[in-house]
Amino acid sequence: MGAFSYTVRQAFSQIGRNKNMSSASIFSITAMLLVVGLFFSIMVNVNLMAKNAEDQFDTISVYLKDTVTAEQGMELAEQIKMIENVADAQYLSKDDAMAIMKERWGENGYLLDGVPSNPLPASVEVTAVALEDEDKIVQELNKFDAVDEVRFYRDAIEKVMTISGYIQKGALAIIIILLIVSLIVVANTVKLTVHAREEEIHIMKYVGATNWFVRGPFFVEGILIGLISSILAVVIVGFAYYKFTELFTPRFLILFNSGMVPFDFIIQNLIIIFVALGVCIGALGSILSMRRFLDA
Amino acid sequence: MIEFKGVTKKYGNNFAVKGLDFAIEDGEFVFIVGPSGAGKSTIIKLIMKEVDPDKGAIVIDGREVTRLPNRFIPEHRRKVGIVFQDCRLLPKKTAYENIKFAMDIVHASKRKIKRQVPKVLTLVGLEDKGNYYPHQLSAGEQQRVAIARALVNSPSVLIADEPTGNLDPETAWGIMEILERINEKGTTVLMVTHAKEIVNRMNKRVIDLRDGRIVRDEEEGAYKKDGRI
Repeated sequence: MGAFSYTVRQAFSQIGRNKNMSSASIFSITAMLLVVGLFFSIMVNVNLMAKNAEDQFDTISVYLKDTVTAEQGMELAEQIKMIENVADAQYLSKDDAMAIMKERWGENGYLLDGVPSNPLPASVEVTAVALEDEDKIVQELNKFDAVDEVRFYRDAIEKVMTISGYIQKGALAIIIILLIVSLIVVANTVKLTVHAREEEIHIMKYVGATNWFVRGPFFVEGILIGLISSILAVVIVGFAYYKFTELFTPRFLILFNSGMVPFDFIIQNLIIIFVALGVCIGALGSILSMRRFLDA
Repeated sequence: MIEFKGVTKKYGNNFAVKGLDFAIEDGEFVFIVGPSGAGKSTIIKLIMKEVDPDKGAIVIDGREVTRLPNRFIPEHRRKVGIVFQDCRLLPKKTAYENIKFAMDIVHASKRKIKRQVPKVLTLVGLEDKGNYYPHQLSAGEQQRVAIARALVNSPSVLIADEPTGNLDPETAWGIMEILERINEKGTTVLMVTHAKEIVNRMNKRVIDLRDGRIVRDEEEGAYKKDGRI
């Protein structure tokens, strides 16, 4: 107990004594975590968009001419169901289409109330048994007179999935590089503070201090620096993301027909990620820099 | 008891010490003399297990230091107090804190620290200078703080590496008086020195080194064989 409190007290006084070095480390770890946070936010949002795209667009939308009545539409849906490889076909009236869109936009749905007349066409939503069958089904669908336009997104979905895969791999690679860089930065910072106290450590060793007695304060110092950095980063990223979602969620809905990942989800994950990364980098950095110093 | 049995240490191709054989009994006061490069510092480094010998064995208090696993080194060093020519006090700590520092390392209780630090300060005659920083103390006083620090954990051996090297003769005698007092209380004192005057007047055992070998080991010896006053 006495030993532990001594170590922690020493660590605090060390940070106080080396204000410049400590703030340099805190600054670089925080900066690194901010970039990690940025890429993490991009990653999960791209992922969500891709998922949404997949869910929304795995159907074939058969838009009907405005002259087609509801009864004709439903009859058409029944006929479409008979086509080979069609799993399901549902008639959607103009009002249904509007209701679905409002639901998708969630709390921003009120924006649609301002639209004067419903611009959405009635449609039959067709689900294929498999994505590969869509081409053949579309050929059949185009033969109906009541059909205005057939839209399907097979190619688009595949492209979106590929792109989001690249973005996620890229982000992950950048995060790993950043981790290594900040590890080196912390290791060097601690090494400098160790060198500044070389005399003291030498005396400690002569008087019979154990390696952990010497190492402990530096170790705790590293952990504290990591912890402070991660708290700073959580606050900054949290604030920025909150502001960003507030400003851009409506635009996201219009542009991508998909909302943003909620603030709560991001923040809960970032707290865990940042604290774990910060503390590990701090602790590992100090161990690395002390290792050579204490042998013998 | 400190025992060197056929100890040889080489740095590269140069012998620092060569086949050293000697024993120092508990409570002895021993001077180690000899020209620079004779191997005096190497003996200290070997006792502190800062370096290991290439050949031979070093036994301290019945324990073979050479075979001591690394994790027992701190414990071993606590049994040996050490004082250097340049004191090596921490400049940002007061005399009291410098001494307390050595007790923090062994996780001594607050009560023990409060009792022990003033005791060693009194022993070296600095009972009223505990709150002074090293730069506020004279060279002799700094050396006394260093001695107090070496003694605070009650080691069985005190090693002094040229403790009077930076001091004027009068101050040096003050230090020698303290070392003698410590020795009278039962602590083994091993002092490496060039101070001819001191060795000749103290009339203690002298181990004389040349080129890593013992050329003379005399009870009640002098700095040089024929140098007796």
